[in-house]
Parts: sequence; structure tokens; C-alpha cells
Amino acid sequence: MAVKDAGRAARPGQRAGGKRAVAQEPERQADSAELIQLLTPEGERVEHPDYPLDISADEIKALYRDLVIVRRIDFEAIALQRQGELGIWASLLGQEAAQVGAGRALGPRDMAFPTYREHGVAWCRGLDPMKLLELFRGVSHGGWDPTAHNFHLYTIVIGSQALHATGYAMGIQRDGALGEDGEAVIAFFGDGATSQGDVNEAFIWASVTNAPVVFFCQNNQWAISEPLERQSRTPLYLRAKGFGFPGVRVDGNDVLASLAVTRKAMQAAREGQGPTLIEAFTYRMGAHTTTDDPTRYRLSAELEAWKLKDPIERVKQYLIRSEQAEMSFFDEVEAEAAAVGTRVRASCQQMPDPTPDSMFDNVLTTETRQLAAERAEFAAYLDSFVAEEAAR
Amino acid sequence: MTTLTLSKALNEGLRKALEADPKALIMGEDVGKLGGVFRVTDGLQKDFGEARVIDTPLAESGIIGTAIGLALRGYRPICEIQFDGFVFPAFDQIVTQLAKMRYRSLGTVRLPVTIRIPFGGGIGAVEHHSESPEALFAHTPGLRVVSCGGPADAYAMIQQAAACDDPVVFFEPKRRYWDRADVDIEGGLAAALPMESAHVLVPGTDVTMLCYGPMVRTCAETAVAAAADGRSIEVIDLRSLAPLDTETIFASVRKTGRCVVVHEAVVTGGIGAEIAAQVTQECFYNLEAPVLRVGAYTTPYPPSRLEDHYLPDLDRILDAVDRMFSY
Repeated sequence: MAVKDAGRAARPGQRAGGKRAVAQEPERQADSAELIQLLTPEGERVEHPDYPLDISADEIKALYRDLVIVRRIDFEAIALQRQGELGIWASLLGQEAAQVGAGRALGPRDMAFPTYREHGVAWCRGLDPMKLLELFRGVSHGGWDPTAHNFHLYTIVIGSQALHATGYAMGIQRDGALGEDGEAVIAFFGDGATSQGDVNEAFIWASVTNAPVVFFCQNNQWAISEPLERQSRTPLYLRAKGFGFPGVRVDGNDVLASLAVTRKAMQAAREGQGPTLIEAFTYRMGAHTTTDDPTRYRLSAELEAWKLKDPIERVKQYLIRSEQAEMSFFDEVEAEAAAVGTRVRASCQQMPDPTPDSMFDNVLTTETRQLAAERAEFAAYLDSFVAEEAAR
Repeated sequence: MTTLTLSKALNEGLRKALEADPKALIMGEDVGKLGGVFRVTDGLQKDFGEARVIDTPLAESGIIGTAIGLALRGYRPICEIQFDGFVFPAFDQIVTQLAKMRYRSLGTVRLPVTIRIPFGGGIGAVEHHSESPEALFAHTPGLRVVSCGGPADAYAMIQQAAACDDPVVFFEPKRRYWDRADVDIEGGLAAALPMESAHVLVPGTDVTMLCYGPMVRTCAETAVAAAADGRSIEVIDLRSLAPLDTETIFASVRKTGRCVVVHEAVVTGGIGAEIAAQVTQECFYNLEAPVLRVGAYTTPYPPSRLEDHYLPDLDRILDAVDRMFSY
């Protein structure tokens, strides 16, 4: 169903903390935007002529399981940060459907390039959540093998990975790996990143090379404290047209629509039809990161309006109403999520620090003489404390 | 042996790199039909095709960012930044991504990306076409930074850079593109010095003179002039700026007791400053004089009518040599 986006309608005219510089923008964006939706916030299944989705009850239940588990991982991680076990955490709360929908639309040979909030995509790709916690605990900068799950390292500089994804897609072209069973790439980024030069350069590159890459923009409405109208005067998905490829806005809180739209765009890319920009219209329910305080820049009424569009609740309602799931199913998922949460919590608390010497590792493929000397000097310095201690 | 210009030597080296590895690619602005603004890639697109010699959109961050993606896919991109002053739009991708991704991945990824940058002044160019930003890259862990001084090194080192599994920033002395010398393009690279080794170009006993890129020829000429004054200068072409071949540097300074570093770049915070610090630390008791630097003043690159005053030349270098004997 194509519906006029109502996402902004509930937004108060006056923003927390004062005047709005560009008073007309949110309404104008909403008025001109179509939103692809297959499951309404009330849990009603609707059809869209361009995105038919043939999906079984088991498949929907599997998506539900993903949504609940990734929310649980996120919940545990926030708590672990509050307890001093993590340095920081970037919460995905509210964006589960966009990420699980996109993540489950990928084939095993497709390559994903995330930003730093794609915990739901990481889950779908099979990456151990502990690898994410390592990063936010300060144990590593990521440190997973991108080829193990075809899930690249998190990228913290906003938008840089859009170019890496595009270059990787150019490699797929050169490998002759296009076709019905071919490979494609997906680049994740947020609404703030669309202002970055690198994202715009990636759009140009992908367009002129017709690279098999899908740009998946989670528009969660806020780039830390800056609302979307600080980034764009046009709906983001419409930007694609100016670069010469299709753009589409999907209800990012609708896992079925996110899945269908991403699946179609990825298949088009695989078959040599070039890039697509997907704007997943969603909302960052939590803070930007655990160091942020959203009460300083946005009103709680906005949050309350988005709570009614919760990505998990609508799937549950649909499964119940359509009698595709027993209540015991939800209990089982809840228990499984709790078990994952327990494991995440225990593993995080037991995670050892890396050895000091390891900071010298992997600077280059071979260690330079200078670095070897610095490593030795540091080791001798550390040893001097041991010797001093022994002499006491 | 074949007599080649430095530009043609690079061209032949790039051709060899493309032949040696089907995953090697050339990418940059105007590198295809035009053959690059200095003709370094002349004829390569014709022979290797548009998929391997890629005329890119005019966006340097995009060149390096997509090269990283290609490298992650198993390719070996050799990127051209058209002029030194145009590298800065790509600086973020080079410093925050290219240099750190192997470290970030705990060694699971390799990034064999070469970035060729024509650098330095002396060609009467407009602003942003004569700069020497090498210290900014040498300061960044995770990059190898090299520079060739003449055609033979250009031919060998560009192949070594292309074959290297680490990112290499490759500085080409643009005012020496037309210098000619004999290059062995028949034999392999087995006899070539490793890329990270310095080369004692002119042996000497009184002063160690360290240089690279465009200053190599200037320093060799200075050594000849100094010899007429009875001073024996040992000229060392550093070739690699990161890492530095400190073994060769220290051995020479311990012998001569005097060290001068010559580069076109601004002296403040430059390669010369780094070398002066290290030589002072490691050769302190051998030094007869402080380590001196001859380089650009701490100003932006001036209009080209002033560049002869700005750039180090034979007389300014000889003046520094004289000063070293006054201690």
C-alpha cells in the first residue's frame, strides 16, 4: 500500500528549545513522500503492486525472532555501558525492522558495508554480537574478518564506507559476478551521512559505473541533535533521481516492506541494473549513543508518536490476528532472547583486555625496523617495573 | 639498457605491473585516453582496456575510497592524484580508512593500494601544483611513503609499490619527469634495492647529505661543486620516507660527523626535523655540528615568479655545508 507518510504529522510545530529556522520543511517532505508499506503499525498485512511478497508464516516468525533478539542485545549493551562494562554504545532501538529486513534480504555472497549502528544487520549476517561489544568496550577496533560473514568492519567516520561499497561493487563487475545468481553490495548509512561528500561521490561513482550496489539509508530523523531539515530540503530518496538511479522510501519500521524493497533492489543490482537508494523511514528511539541526551533537543511527544509504530509489536499483532503463531511461540522467543542476553552479559564481563604488546600488531603486513624497536623499547620499559617490584 | 625519461620509466614500470598481476588496475583523472597530464599512463588504456585503466570522476576522495573497496575485493589499484595539492579531498580516506583498516581488522584485510602523486615545484605552475605534502603521510602510521629521484628507481620502485601488500604513497618529482637516464627494462627486479632501502648515491667522507625526489639531482650536483672546494659529500637518496632506512643514515653520519637534510618541503615539522631528532639521539657523540635542514620556508608555496628563491638550490645547500664547518 502506498500511503502518504504520516510520520511527521504527529510532530509538534514547535521544537524543544526554541524556534525552527525552516518552518515549512518537515510538512513539505511528508506531503511529497510515498512510503512503501506491507504491514501497518496496527499489524494489518497490505499489498503493494510493485513489491509482492510471498512469505510463509515460518519466515515471518523467523523475522520476529531476529527483531526480538537484536532488541535484547541492544538492551543488554546499554545496561552494560551504564554499569561501566562498555565505553559507549550506539543503540539501534527503533531501527530493528529496517536492519533485519535489509539484513535478511541479502544472499550469503552479497557484501554488506555497515556504519556503526548496524547491530541488527550484523546479527543477520551471523557475526557474533561479542565482536560488536569488543569494539564498544575498547578491546578492539572491530577486529572481525570481513570475509567470514561478508560483513565489513564498522566504519565510524560518517559515510566513508559508501565509497568502499561502491569500489567493492566495481570489483564484482570486473569479476564477471553479475547475473541472476550474481553478487551485489549494500552500503548502510544514516540521514546525516547524506550530507557527506563521500556519500555523494559514491552516488556519482555507482551511477556512472552502473555498479551493483544498494544504498540503504536509515533515516532515523536525527543526526545526533540535528533534525533532518538540517541535512536536506528534499526527501532523501528523491536525491537518487538527480544522480540517475532509482530511489524509494520504505517504512523502516515495517520488516516485511524493508525485506521486499531491499530484496528487489539487490536483485536488480545483481542483474546489472545498477544502484538503488533506499530510504528506510524510521526513528531513533534512544539517544544517539549512551553519551547523548536527546531531551536537550527533541520533545517527548515525538517519541510517543513513534512508539505507536513499533517495529516489533506490529509483527506480533499480525501473527496473533492471522493465527499464525501460538502464544507459546512468543514465550519461546522471549526465552531465547533472554538467553542471548545472559550470554552477552556474561561474556562481556569476562572479556579480557588485550595484551599491551598487541597495540604494535598489524600496522603493516611486515613490521618495520622502527616499529620493532619501539615494541622492544616498550617491553623493556614494562619489564623495568617487574624488576623494580622484585627488588623490593 | 634503454635511455628513458623518468615519466617514461614510470610508464614502463606501470606496464610491467599490469602485466605481472591481472588484478592490478590504474585509476585516476585523465589517465586513460589522455595518458595523464604528465603522460605517465600514456598508451596503457589502449593496451589494457577501460576496465583496468579507469578514467574516474573528478573526485579524489572517490578515487581512494573506491580503490579501498576494490582492494577489499582482491584488486590492486594504482591511483593517480593529478597534482600534490589535490590530494587533500582524499586525505580523509587515506588517513582514516586506508592507513587504519588493516589495524582495525586485526590483520585480516590487506590493502595493496598505491597512490601516485606528482609533487614539488620548479615548473612555474599556478597555486596547488607545486607542493610537497609528504610529511603529512609519513606522520601517519599504516602507510608506506616513498619517492623516486631518477628514471631507474622510478621504473623499479613503482613496480615494487604495486606489488606491495600495504598502502604506498608514491611521490614522483614532477620537475624531473623529463630527466633521462639508462634503465634496464629487460631484466627483472631481482637486482633492485628493496623499496624501503636508502641508496648511497655519491660516497663521501666529510658530510652526509640526505635527500629524496627532486632534490636528489640537486644534491648530486652540489657534491660535485663541493668537491671543487675540497669537501667530500656523501649523498644519500633516502627513497623511503616511511619507514626511514635509519641504518644507512646512522652508518653514514657516524662516519662523517655532519648531517644535512635537503627537501623542497617546508622545514617545520618535516622529514628533516624527524631525521635531525633521530640522528641527534643515535649519533650524538659522533656529531661535529648540529644537524641542519635545507628546505622551504614556513610559508605557503609562493607565486611561481618567486619559486627560485623559495626552493633549495645548489648555492643554498653549499651555504649550509659551509655553516656546518664553522662549529
